[in-house]
Amino acid sequence: MKVTFPHMGTIDSLLSDLFTRLEIDFLVPPKTSTKTISLGARYAPEFACFPLKVNIGNLIEGLDLGADTVAMVGGLGPCRFGFYAEVQNRVLRDIGYDFEMIVLEPPAIGMKIFLERCRRLAPKKSLWQIFQAVRIGWKKAVAVDEVEKRVLQTRAFERKKGDTTRAHRRALKVLSEAVTAEEIRSAREEALAIIDSVERREQDSLRVGIVGEFYILLEPFVNFGIEEYLGNEGIYLERSVYLTDWLNPGGKKPVFGTTREKIHHAAEPYLAHFVGGEGQDTIGHIVEWAREGFDGIIHFLPFTCMPEIIAKSIFPKIDRELDIPILSLVIDEQTGRAGVITRLEAFIDLMRNKRKKRLVAS
Amino acid sequence: MPKIGVPRALLYYKYFPLWKTFFEGLGAEVVVSPPTNKRILNLGTETAESEACLPVKVFYGHALALKGEVDALFVPRVVSVEGKAYTCPKFLGLPDMIKALDDDLPPVLGTTFNLRQGWRRFFASIYELGSHLTRNPLKILRAFYNGARELKIFDQKLREGSLVPEALGETDFKNLANPTLTIGVVGHPYNIFDSYVSMNLVKRLHRRGAKVLTPEMVPPEAIEESISSLPKSLFWTYEKDVVGAIFYWLENNMVNGIIYMISFACGPDSLIQVLVEQEARKISPVPLMPLVIDEHSGEAGLVTRLEAFLDMIDRKRARVH
Ligand code: SF4
Ligand code: SF4
Repeated sequence: MKVTFPHMGTIDSLLSDLFTRLEIDFLVPPKTSTKTISLGARYAPEFACFPLKVNIGNLIEGLDLGADTVAMVGGLGPCRFGFYAEVQNRVLRDIGYDFEMIVLEPPAIGMKIFLERCRRLAPKKSLWQIFQAVRIGWKKAVAVDEVEKRVLQTRAFERKKGDTTRAHRRALKVLSEAVTAEEIRSAREEALAIIDSVERREQDSLRVGIVGEFYILLEPFVNFGIEEYLGNEGIYLERSVYLTDWLNPGGKKPVFGTTREKIHHAAEPYLAHFVGGEGQDTIGHIVEWAREGFDGIIHFLPFTCMPEIIAKSIFPKIDRELDIPILSLVIDEQTGRAGVITRLEAFIDLMRNKRKKRLVAS
Repeated sequence: MPKIGVPRALLYYKYFPLWKTFFEGLGAEVVVSPPTNKRILNLGTETAESEACLPVKVFYGHALALKGEVDALFVPRVVSVEGKAYTCPKFLGLPDMIKALDDDLPPVLGTTFNLRQGWRRFFASIYELGSHLTRNPLKILRAFYNGARELKIFDQKLREGSLVPEALGETDFKNLANPTLTIGVVGHPYNIFDSYVSMNLVKRLHRRGAKVLTPEMVPPEAIEESISSLPKSLFWTYEKDVVGAIFYWLENNMVNGIIYMISFACGPDSLIQVLVEQEARKISPVPLMPLVIDEHSGEAGLVTRLEAFLDMIDRKRARVH
């Protein structure tokens, strides 16, 4: 058995770690590339949302390299993600691939179901061993997310361009070598310290929140490395969702900060109900950040993404009532980097001017 | 008498008899927006997000058409109509989307209905909605009871073969009595039975001598039964109807062809389509044509595709005889 899986942000490091712990033979598909996307777009249903297309591209590349088992995260709706695994299975078989598909329903649905599915991947391990592996691997994944968050907050202030990115790489390496819970704890400290040691210059930077559909937010290749771009422009960033937040939506201490209840509460006057995916979180974060005086919001949505279209439909009201500019970027296989960057540049100018005006007025 | 506005779109085509009886039972006047026309469609496409699906844009148009005409707009949040499934995410956000549209709209009655949370919560929702019109819980209960009865009669008519517009009172919208062929038309009723949106698909089929079957005519047990063999259970109620009806007709050899009407940018259908096409092939060679529509769909395109499809069915049948 050789297991492969689609890329989703840093899920490859999480799964590699977990599979190694459980002695599962696995194959990380090649990094998402334009080839991945064109493969996905060729075989995935035409009107499917973009993340599904990229996922299918990843799986094709993984299966072509010799994987015979696919592990995929499941879900129960109402948004399309819960149906991804089913469609992937059908599409790949239709092309002619033969493989086993194991759907890991998220622990939120029931820890037991989750562990039992994992066990199909590691039949020789006991449920207890699997539970331990997941528990410890999880700590590491949270640390990876925390480091990522620190990076977003740091890059804007780096004295030497590229320092933060280099520090990030070093920090991840330190984390990846940690195995036991104890080692992970100290690796986490060390990794955060590495980011904090980036030499800083004080400057008055714009503060921007990034919201939207989780996949686009987490996968730099499809969002054109926007976080690095903005950081290099000297912009301080916060992001509404990290991988572990998404995998464990009920988590008490999400990496993004505050709590989901608080975010949903903030969303209520605008969007009073969960709408699948991150729709309500998008609104809640915008409201919170508007209150905190952020300079602007960048919103990512895959073309035809249901929850984010709902969120976007609420923007006119936010616009009337809160003073925060929002740039919505729709992403699919046809989106080009140049167009996105042009719009970003204009948006950054707008935020800078707005801030200047505010300073003059006060 | 307070006037409650009901946009003639989306779930209107599923639950209007219930809504009308309920509000009238509480002493309100129910005002329905006019059938979709160019003005309404334009209103919708100009104001809704351009990436939204066509039915949502149409809904916006209808809601705006009622501006200034009514005291309140009824835009319920229908989260779930059965224990384990959802409607569509769009329905979960609809009242907020409409509220965000325009500050001058009449107040929105956006009560949440979620059967995943059980009947007790459902009745609490009914009470909440009714309490905008009366303080008397018995009166609310009675109005709901009467409404539910009307809905049952409506559903019964559909099951017996009426088309949705006929069961809603358009008495001249009759199915064909002496058909030369039978075509199953699946998709969302708000597309199929909005004649402007569907460009009169059903009547065109009638003119070609085809009787039209729709998922509403298939008993719910048969729907559940037909889809029970699927590996992954479907969590969108209205997609279950689409899939179940197709399987049922094919398994029982009831149709000569199937037209699957899909709105461009419909989330659920974009994935369900794969499943339907793969599974239908396995059951039967009866042809199935997906028909994707959006606000730019032209009548000419539809006519050409429809003619080609029906001609193919005719040729196929000629070969068999
Ligand atoms: S959140 Fe949007 S893009 Fe992601 S699965 Fe749902 S509909 Fe698709
Ligand atoms: S089911 Fe499809 S067409 Fe209907 S509202 Fe949802 S996305 Fe739009």
